[in-house]
Amino acid sequence: MKNPRVIVIGGGLAGLMATIRVAELGVPVDLFSVVPVRRSHSVCAQGGINAAKNLKGEGDSTWKHFDDTVYGGDFLANQPPVKAMCEAAPGIIDLLDRMGVPFNRTPEGLLDFRRFGGTLYHRTAFAGATTGQQMMYALEEQVRRFEAEGKVRKLEGWMFLSAVLDEKRVARGITAVHLRSGEIHAFRGDALIVCTGGLGAIFRHSTNSVACTGSAQAALFQQGVDYANAEMIQVHPTAIPGEDKCRLISESVRGEGGRVWVPRAPGDRRDPRSIPERERFYFLEEWYPRYGNLVPRDVAVRAIHKVVFELGLGVEGRPMVYLDVTHLPRQMLDRKLGGVLEIYEKFMGVDPREHPMKVFPAQHYTMGGLWVDNERQATNVPGIFAAGECEYQYHGANRLGANSLLSCLYGGMVAGPAAVQYAQGLDQAAEDLPDTLFEAERRRQEEIYEDLCRRDGGENPIAIWKEMGELMTEHVTVIRYNKQLEQTDARLAELQERYRRISLPDRSRWGNQILHFTRELGNMLVLARLITQAARLRDESRGAHYKPEFPERDDEHWLRTLRASYVDGQFRFTLEPVDTSLIPPRKRRYDT
Amino acid sequence: MSSENRTILLRIRRQARPEEPARWEEFELPWRPNLNVIACLIEIAQRPVTRDGRQTTPVSYEANCLEEVCGACAMVINGRARQACSALVDRLEQPIRLEPLSKFPLVRDLVVDRSKMFYDLKRMRCWVPLDGTYAVGPGPRVSPEVQQKAYELSRCIMCGNCLEVCPKVNERSGFVGAAILNQVRLFNLHPTGAMHARERLRAVRGPGGVHECDNAQNCVKACPKHIPLTESNNDVNRQALRDALWGWVFG
Repeated sequence: MKNPRVIVIGGGLAGLMATIRVAELGVPVDLFSVVPVRRSHSVCAQGGINAAKNLKGEGDSTWKHFDDTVYGGDFLANQPPVKAMCEAAPGIIDLLDRMGVPFNRTPEGLLDFRRFGGTLYHRTAFAGATTGQQMMYALEEQVRRFEAEGKVRKLEGWMFLSAVLDEKRVARGITAVHLRSGEIHAFRGDALIVCTGGLGAIFRHSTNSVACTGSAQAALFQQGVDYANAEMIQVHPTAIPGEDKCRLISESVRGEGGRVWVPRAPGDRRDPRSIPERERFYFLEEWYPRYGNLVPRDVAVRAIHKVVFELGLGVEGRPMVYLDVTHLPRQMLDRKLGGVLEIYEKFMGVDPREHPMKVFPAQHYTMGGLWVDNERQATNVPGIFAAGECEYQYHGANRLGANSLLSCLYGGMVAGPAAVQYAQGLDQAAEDLPDTLFEAERRRQEEIYEDLCRRDGGENPIAIWKEMGELMTEHVTVIRYNKQLEQTDARLAELQERYRRISLPDRSRWGNQILHFTRELGNMLVLARLITQAARLRDESRGAHYKPEFPERDDEHWLRTLRASYVDGQFRFTLEPVDTSLIPPRKRRYDT
Repeated sequence: MSSENRTILLRIRRQARPEEPARWEEFELPWRPNLNVIACLIEIAQRPVTRDGRQTTPVSYEANCLEEVCGACAMVINGRARQACSALVDRLEQPIRLEPLSKFPLVRDLVVDRSKMFYDLKRMRCWVPLDGTYAVGPGPRVSPEVQQKAYELSRCIMCGNCLEVCPKVNERSGFVGAAILNQVRLFNLHPTGAMHARERLRAVRGPGGVHECDNAQNCVKACPKHIPLTESNNDVNRQALRDALWGWVFG
């Protein structure tokens, strides 16, 4: 087919990169985003992006980056795509540099690199402590240029509802709702690239942005796109607990010398600055002498849990630990970590340069996601590709810090041309298909909305959302027990029942946010159950997935991708071998 | 007062549609420590009942990152344009008055349409023109000083607060506002961006351009990211004049 059209869903880093790559090939793109793309969640990424440029004379290499990533992910990732990503990383940094990302520099004017978790090398390029924001702007500006040239059409303020599938279950377009007018439209496209990010809203108290609900992934899953390793949820060790969200305090704070500690005496009420060194317990440094404060996130989170809940050493007797930068020079802190320290100062009213920060773990990332193949970011449904956090490919059972920005960009770089190639090989254009195909799906979505407005059982969507979040955070994050997972799934099923009896507090269409949120909530509940059931099934401990009843990694049974399909309203799980052809699995430990 | 019966009082300007009249509604919520304005709005969505016991609708508002880096939740709080996520209840005078930004078309309640800013970025050609995404080697070397300056300017979150407080941003002048001029300065600072500085400076001398700034200096005070906006306005103004002069002398 000569003149295909590609739809990109989501305008974060993955979506923008995919858009640029498609537009560059001369193929027109429709870019859909719930928020103006410049406000996407990628702006929250703080610490940096990994690439083995080896500019510090440490003998770093892309192979070592590859090895750290696979080992950090506890060998659950298929290795060839991870290797390709790590090899592409230095070139991606060059590209970002050319686009004008203001990366920090050395006195020689070269890119500066810092250390991050799960590696012993300075491998992380950074722009202050708002690297994601700076990368987002650079890519958004490139897309704006294509928009000015008429190659990209941005549809901001539209929320994806479903794929339009033809009788052969091939994707031919999407339906989306305009958040302002409430109108539902169908759009034709020859290939879709799904870049819809994370799902933090399912846990309610997460470091994610409001828009990260996972609704699009859940909708696609129910339409036949498989999902993989749903149970692999990353909790970040250092966030500021908050009523509306948990605000991330980047791993880069530890990369630049920040230290995690608690007073050795339980419930010590003294001003932390007056507590002498010998009465402080730097537990990460003591337990993991080689990596210290830069152990991978899953390891750090479990250590904090142990200190707080088993040893009873939480700061002031509460679930918190100190993250301390008060010993570091102020000028360096401002230059390299200003953005993140500012967040602490603004939201806690305390200057972290003077007082140790009080932090606690919070849900942060999903390693699992839509199943994609090893070569093209293609899902199992023809015409649907996925890139970024919404897919499962690169991080195995635990993601290393500063690898997410990389996987977003790399995934987008692969998905763009792959989608174009696929679309060009089609016999028939979406444009030439009958209107009835698109109208039928649009009508189906319209009916779901009308049904939501008709329901009147007195249940409130926000109340259901909060209960789901509490259940998920308590039972499906750091430590998991089979019995509790079963109970959680049963309670989620009850919430689904209550969802059927929902009463919307506003049934109008114009600018009605609660209506769209409630639509997403139905999808979130499905994804919550998928995560919980997958966690129940995986009877081992690997990366972020930890079960005290099965404390060891079990390669014999569980060195497998846990893949889920949606068949007749049921989840069907299958196990797939992991491609470990390049690095033989070895025991993962950071304490020697 | 004990914390059990302390409450939070909010007065919120409501407007269901652009063509409908605005009205004020009051809400009273139980006080808890460390709340921000967004947490209050979520609370209201769960129980949309006014202070006098009338059932109403949840308040529409924009929000995304909730850590002051996405720019979405700008509104006028107690008369001041700022981000709602970093507006902490315990530091606000009550009743807390919430209003939408007034310089942008209203959508509903606290939601306004700020697409004008993105349109103006397009008009001012705010990007580094790239040959392509294929590998051509590293970017230009940049001194730490230039990088630090660029980073400072590049932290703009396009919240629109600087436009809200600017006396010259109105329909008559069509002034693009400090946020946009600051981006022109940023791209003219980049070694590759600078090769195309003249295109931007031509645009900046056009309708709504830098000449509309009359140096009221409200913008710099309203910027949540402390970007030196008046410095940027003056810098772009100087560049535009120099460029015009250059064009006049050398054709």
